[in-house]
Amino acid sequence: MSTTSATPPPTAGAPPQTGHRHASDLPDTGLQPGKLLVGALGVAVTVWLIGNLFLAFAYYPQWFFNSKILMGILAIIVGVGGAAVFFWFLNMAIEALPRRLEHGLMPYAFLVPGFSLIGLMLIYPTIQTINYSFANANSTAYRDPLWQNYADLFSSSAFWSAIINNVLWIAIVPAVTVALGVVVAVLADKLSERGEKWSKSFIFLPMAISFVAASAIWATTIYGYSAPGQPQTGVLNAIWVALGNEPQSWLTIDTGRLNSLLLMLILIWLQTGFAMVLLSAGIKGVPEDTLEAARIDGASEAKIFFQVVIPQIMGTIVTVFITVLILVMKVFDIVYVLTNGRNNTDVVANMFFREMFTNSQSGRATAIVVVLLVAVIPILIYQVKLFRQQEAMR
Amino acid sequence: MRSGRYKDGRRRSPFSIVVVILLAILWSLPTVGLLVTSFRTRDAALQSGWWQAIINPFGSGWTLENYSKVFEMGDMGNAFINGIIVAVPGTVIPIMFAAFAAYSFAFMDFKFKDALFIVIVAVMVVPIQVAFQPLLYLFGPYGLGISGQFLAIWILHTGFGMPLCIYVLRNYMSTLPYSVVESARIDGCTNFQIFWRLIAPMSMPAIAAFATLQFLWVWNDLLIAKLFLTNDNTTVIVKLQQLLGTQGQGAELLTAGAFISMVLPMIVFFVLQNFLVRGMTAGAVKG
Repeated sequence: MSTTSATPPPTAGAPPQTGHRHASDLPDTGLQPGKLLVGALGVAVTVWLIGNLFLAFAYYPQWFFNSKILMGILAIIVGVGGAAVFFWFLNMAIEALPRRLEHGLMPYAFLVPGFSLIGLMLIYPTIQTINYSFANANSTAYRDPLWQNYADLFSSSAFWSAIINNVLWIAIVPAVTVALGVVVAVLADKLSERGEKWSKSFIFLPMAISFVAASAIWATTIYGYSAPGQPQTGVLNAIWVALGNEPQSWLTIDTGRLNSLLLMLILIWLQTGFAMVLLSAGIKGVPEDTLEAARIDGASEAKIFFQVVIPQIMGTIVTVFITVLILVMKVFDIVYVLTNGRNNTDVVANMFFREMFTNSQSGRATAIVVVLLVAVIPILIYQVKLFRQQEAMR
Repeated sequence: MRSGRYKDGRRRSPFSIVVVILLAILWSLPTVGLLVTSFRTRDAALQSGWWQAIINPFGSGWTLENYSKVFEMGDMGNAFINGIIVAVPGTVIPIMFAAFAAYSFAFMDFKFKDALFIVIVAVMVVPIQVAFQPLLYLFGPYGLGISGQFLAIWILHTGFGMPLCIYVLRNYMSTLPYSVVESARIDGCTNFQIFWRLIAPMSMPAIAAFATLQFLWVWNDLLIAKLFLTNDNTTVIVKLQQLLGTQGQGAELLTAGAFISMVLPMIVFFVLQNFLVRGMTAGAVKG
């Protein structure tokens, strides 16, 4: 979350005047109708062309010889080039306005495309999802009473079982990930430069692996199960059998929610590298003289770590914790591909997917997402607060 | 070295060296196990654990057949191309839109600037699940009728990547010296020119950082591809998920398929690792 900036705040408005000339000294050309017209027309034509070309990919693939590679390449060229042309015309149109209007409008003009996309893809759907959560299975009429979907949800034991699992994921995964990340970051920091770089790469690598591939990896190499008497090819069962026990199908054992814990292990494996990288950057930012001072005072290494290093990287720890927490709250892929919620492993996001995709119950599905959304709100408020603090410190 | 110190004067810590090497090995073993298994014949993989194939490489049956089979039966080659067609535009297109917004936030002054940027910060936390049902309707047969096409998934990844991209680029741009923009304005450059000739080139590290993160995210995505693509144009990750569902007869294909799905992101990871780290330190919260 934090970017450290050495430069002074570049707040626009009244920057320090360095030269004797100033941008506002340039002559105000007033309204230029011709330029405005060309610019506005250009914007309209560009939007029309990009929009229709992209729709043509979907509606008339034969125009592109049904070649998806050609469409992909065109999408990049038109997407990026078209956007550049769009902004060029937009800039031209706004500049044709009188100076005061120009300065007032330009910032908003540059924001419009990005915010339209956010509005269309995130804000409008959020409102609509809340709306649908009061409606029936195909969102054609409201339920009677309005909150029926929620009443059904809260009275189903499957939902509460999923909530318990989510709470377990939330309680365990972020904390363990951060702790492991700190340990690796601290120890790797004591290595030679090359040793540190290499060892960190190996632990960081799972970051590039998808949840699905990670699930495939763990399901085959670690949690694999063969019938008793057969050679065990999963590490866990190989050890278990060598100790004289019967082989187990690990992901079906819900005693003490063992299967959920084993699924969590996969996510911890994936995310530790991420935590380590951020925490490592934090640790390297701890000033050497604070450590030196503590050493001169005769503090032990452990004491230095807990009382000097940790407080100084607390900000990073919180950032990592929250990032993993947000990820964990909507954990889906691992559960979906390995157990699909069987044997008490269900989580909220998987339940949502089942209701929406398999059961086509959009009312119940959207109600589940609204629960997720409400659960995220405290984090959202915290993030905004944190951002405000950081901005105030810039 | 013999003095027990590094060049920079720090003391060597044998304990750290041993523990970190052990952890690095432990973290790599599952992936190595998969890689080894994917090159073993079905029989060999059933008869002994993958670690035995590492310990005694000559005693077990090696084969490339899993790979040729997964390309044939699992339709992996086609899915791999689909994955690239989804991921590259899904990574590149958001950048241009977001960069102009970031420029606006970093170098211009306007009303509601803080409030609008807080919207970005807030939206980054919102789970993308909120978008699916409404967008399935909007893109579906009773809406635009583009669901199941690459277009739908490009738009989705562009929209979902937008907040993070604006956030990362704006944070980076606001560390650039404001005087550059100011003097260009004095010279009569338009905002478009300033962006295009000065700010965009200077922001390349941040753009690369976002692109690395977004590429990994789009390539590795299961949920959006599963919902908005069809079986004919779906990605490697969805194919892999389907292989996982058919455990039993296709177990040896699964390992090869998993490795195929990991090759490209791993290359991106190794080549662009520094950018990835930079992108994450710039704020990688994604809803």
